[in-house]
Amino acid sequence: MGLAREHELHKRRLGRNIGLGLVLGGVVALIFGLTIAKTQSEGFTLPPTEEIGTGF
Amino acid sequence: MSDASIQSSETGTGDAGFGDFFALLKPRVMSLVVFTAFVGLMAAPVSVHPFVGFAAILFIAIGGGASGALNMWWDADIDRIMKRTSKRPIPAGRISESEAFAFGITLAVMAVVMLGLATNFVAAGLLAFTIFFYVVIYSMWLKRWTPQNIVIGGAAGAFPPMIGWAVATGGIAPESVLMFLLIFMWTPPHFWALALFVKTDYHKAGVPMLTVTSGTRSTRRHILVYTILLMAIALGVAFTSIGGPLYLAVAIVLNLMFLKYAVDIWRRDDAVAEADGYLSERKFFKLSLYYLFAHFTAIWAQAALASYNLAGW
Repeated sequence: MGLAREHELHKRRLGRNIGLGLVLGGVVALIFGLTIAKTQSEGFTLPPTEEIGTGF
Repeated sequence: MSDASIQSSETGTGDAGFGDFFALLKPRVMSLVVFTAFVGLMAAPVSVHPFVGFAAILFIAIGGGASGALNMWWDADIDRIMKRTSKRPIPAGRISESEAFAFGITLAVMAVVMLGLATNFVAAGLLAFTIFFYVVIYSMWLKRWTPQNIVIGGAAGAFPPMIGWAVATGGIAPESVLMFLLIFMWTPPHFWALALFVKTDYHKAGVPMLTVTSGTRSTRRHILVYTILLMAIALGVAFTSIGGPLYLAVAIVLNLMFLKYAVDIWRRDDAVAEADGYLSERKFFKLSLYYLFAHFTAIWAQAALASYNLAGW
């Protein structure tokens, strides 16, 4: 039995870290998807250029 | 430093698994929230982009889960006492109370803000109110104070179809209020039937339940009265824009069955119920699960048929 034997605690941490990673990836995908859905919806217009700070 | 001092330092907290945090969200309650919110969204007369609808249901589910986590944080003391809840992540020592609170409050804020940004602020406001109602009005105030806790607290579980409707329409309508009332009136008889045949230790934890404070005779009477009130609402829905002939057929069959079992429960006493192992109470409880599912499925079916101009009055 080596010194680096994996404790049950490490398995739990690994599971939690992988789970959290997947959740964060999911959040990114969700916000990206929402952006696409919103920008493709009917009636979507970009704000006038003076409102977004260009065209000085 | 002795081994004992190492062992005594908050063993178990800070190293919970992913599943422990998921359990804080009360996934079984979340499934009802997801389904009824989805039906509320589908029944609304305004269509929503499928991805926006998906995201909205997800945020509603996360908001519902967050209120479950905050409920477990607040009720950790009584969860330790009751056998049914003693294995939850906090009483079992896998998650600390402060972790659960931080987790719940973060998810609650995130769900409300994201729902507001993705859809509209009426839906977000309703979600925020639902979380407030479940955590503050029900968990902190009513649950340990009145045997009517299930009646008023049930409102928290009744909001999701209203939120789903608001996601699509940006407002509240008589139809969405009726969907709210359907769950609101269904919750008490559903739980009281369960309380009749499951021996709980709520009294040990100081939580007043109708079966203990007023006795089973009164509980049986309450089940019948609420079932009759529920029937009026369930049948009334049939004649609104979310109802129709299909819904009415489903509602008539289920409500007659529900009423029959409620009358059976009312006519029995504990001695008769003990003799047959609480058969009527168990049948009523089992039917109550199908009852809600079938009514909301029928509303969904009516909405689907209406989009093909096939149903409605």
